[in-house]
Amino acid sequence: MKDNPCNCREWPYPLLYDKTKEVIADVLILGGGIAGCWAAIAAAKKGVKVAIVEKGATIRSGAGGSGCDHWESAATNPCSRISPEDLSYAMIEAHNGYNNGISHYIECREGYDRLLDLEKMGGKIRDSENEFKGAEFRDEKTKFLFAYDYKNRFTLRVWGTTFKPALYNECRRLGVAIFDRTMATSLLTEGGEQSTRIVGATGINSRTGEFFIFKAKAIVLCMSRPTRIWLFSPGLPGISEFRPPQCTGDGHAMGWKAGVEFTMMEKSVRGEWSGERSFPPYATGNTHNTWYACSMVDAEGREIPWADREGRILTNISQRYRPATGQKFFLKGGGEPDFPVYKYQGPDILPVQELLNKGFKLPFYADLTRMPEHERKAIWGLMVGEEGKTNIPVLKAYINEGFDPEKHLLQSYGEGWRSGAFLPQERQLFGLPGGIINDWRLRTNLEGLYAAGDQLFASNCHGHAAATGHYAGRHAAEYSKRAFETRIDMHQALEERSRIYSPLKKNEGIGWKELNMRISRLMQHYCGEIKSEELLKTGLGLLKKIRNEEAQELTAHNPHEMVRALEVMNILTNAEIILHASLARKASSKHLHFYRSDYPENDPLGWHKFVTIKLEKNEVATGEKPLDYYGSLKDNYESYNSNYMKEQQQ
Amino acid sequence: MKDKRTIVTPEPAAFNPITFNAEICDGCNRCIEVCQVDILIPHPEKGKPPQVLFPGECWYGGCCVAICPKPGAITLNIPLMNRVYWKEKEI
Repeated sequence: MKDNPCNCREWPYPLLYDKTKEVIADVLILGGGIAGCWAAIAAAKKGVKVAIVEKGATIRSGAGGSGCDHWESAATNPCSRISPEDLSYAMIEAHNGYNNGISHYIECREGYDRLLDLEKMGGKIRDSENEFKGAEFRDEKTKFLFAYDYKNRFTLRVWGTTFKPALYNECRRLGVAIFDRTMATSLLTEGGEQSTRIVGATGINSRTGEFFIFKAKAIVLCMSRPTRIWLFSPGLPGISEFRPPQCTGDGHAMGWKAGVEFTMMEKSVRGEWSGERSFPPYATGNTHNTWYACSMVDAEGREIPWADREGRILTNISQRYRPATGQKFFLKGGGEPDFPVYKYQGPDILPVQELLNKGFKLPFYADLTRMPEHERKAIWGLMVGEEGKTNIPVLKAYINEGFDPEKHLLQSYGEGWRSGAFLPQERQLFGLPGGIINDWRLRTNLEGLYAAGDQLFASNCHGHAAATGHYAGRHAAEYSKRAFETRIDMHQALEERSRIYSPLKKNEGIGWKELNMRISRLMQHYCGEIKSEELLKTGLGLLKKIRNEEAQELTAHNPHEMVRALEVMNILTNAEIILHASLARKASSKHLHFYRSDYPENDPLGWHKFVTIKLEKNEVATGEKPLDYYGSLKDNYESYNSNYMKEQQQ
Repeated sequence: MKDKRTIVTPEPAAFNPITFNAEICDGCNRCIEVCQVDILIPHPEKGKPPQVLFPGECWYGGCCVAICPKPGAITLNIPLMNRVYWKEKEI
């Protein structure tokens, strides 16, 4: 430092701005998170040549790359008392039809198959050391641990920090070509035309700046959902949202330009998670998801009562994990609906306002000392420890600071699973947001283009990403085997190359953070909780101005910044998609968290449907689909997957 | 196009997500390769701790700490505003 007071140094990697690398694959996977790795594994096992393009590091990339504490909807596990059909239809009904019947049926039907695959790869899915022997959530024969509904046993507690490295190693074992630190930037289409067959993609290396042209017969989009549309922190951009900061909707943006059809993009919810605006996920006391069903006490140490769906106060802890009298099963975890549906409503603590009326005093605290030992260890140590970002930043950090689950009370800072309060205009694509609309092959509306994981509309959770990734990968592989050879339109590729490098050509201008902040604030103003034709159209006009003027000033000084700048351009595209989708739904909708002040009636007759949106000849084209467009779940699944079913039987 | 000899300076940090103990770290750079946000770069001198080039972009996932073979070489510093309160239970 003393010899180099500014701490400046040369960029540590070779700069290859003038190099272009061409890669040929049968199936190209864009995004190396959970869905992407599973897609690659399934395709490679079909004997085709597979490549993954991943912006980060495949070994840990993705929202679930650092961990996963529970695997939802494994309805075919031997202990489950619920059929995939019952569970899928419940998930659809609980969201008033605004759900992805196909992808969630795949999750319910194949999620358990993927868990068994994971175990063969080295992932830990059962209590093999008998740490929880005798616990009421443990099946003594299989050594599986269950979460939430202990009677029906369709969600498993798992050791998900072991999963991503296992998937990565399996990809490598199967000969998948992995292009890490490479951002996929665009889709290449037949003849360079919109709305035609997909023939490849372009990419850029975030360390070297090298340009890539990927030629492929089939592509699977696995690039998660957009973030940083409304919520952005220039000081802490990495924790602006829940998902990793590089989930910027790159796949949505490139799909949109190519003519991919989306639905439910008008849905956004008031912010639920942001490390910058609230606490890190699962780091505070609460009773949901990872912390289900932890006891809580108020400021004076009074235990917070739990109730069943009838409001009857539960008399022991075990009842928190059981359906109510006369109820078949309940939904909890990430798939829990935003608005409780009586039929599937599980136990919960009383609403906060009711508790305050009864004289309970804030703040509330999670009280692990009141939990039976097995439950305490399942929450603190297993689930807090294996889930997402909890291992180092929560479990180990708190232990290091002296937190003792047998002695201490951990404060709660928000209602439900939240740990902070957000303003109405601080929105997120969370829960089951919009995305790409799919058919029974998880194909998009474009030939050769498939999608999986959180890129699909109404998607969430690790098991869903795994199941849909595998499914899309094998269907893409089957297509690639019978697809004709393709040709890249070099003009299209070179135009993209020129677009990518443009921020590097300016020495002065606007940095990516300032542009992101500009877009996010604009979205809060023009696409906040209350929407109207005038607001949305003004917002679109301003976004157009940003695209034509301010974005032209975007500057970057190295390949890393160049990728960040390209990400913000994708955020801009996603903001446009959201505004167009919001204009297209001329009705408010409770389950879409969608309020149009010019159409205030919630879910009026004629609007209970998917509104779809895509580009056609560069003009926005809207359409609609019935909410049950997927038809019979079981029959359709079986007619599209007879080969898979035969393979699994063997 | 920019000059190929690009000079970089670690971004001024509002927060310091990661610190290294130079006594323990042997500069194996595993943490650099596991970081999905790519906020670290190798030290110009072999065997020395990596540098945090883009501290604000940290996702605080902790994979860098988890993969480190030398305990204590790398520390993840949770932002102070995210420190959660707990208290001893009164019996």
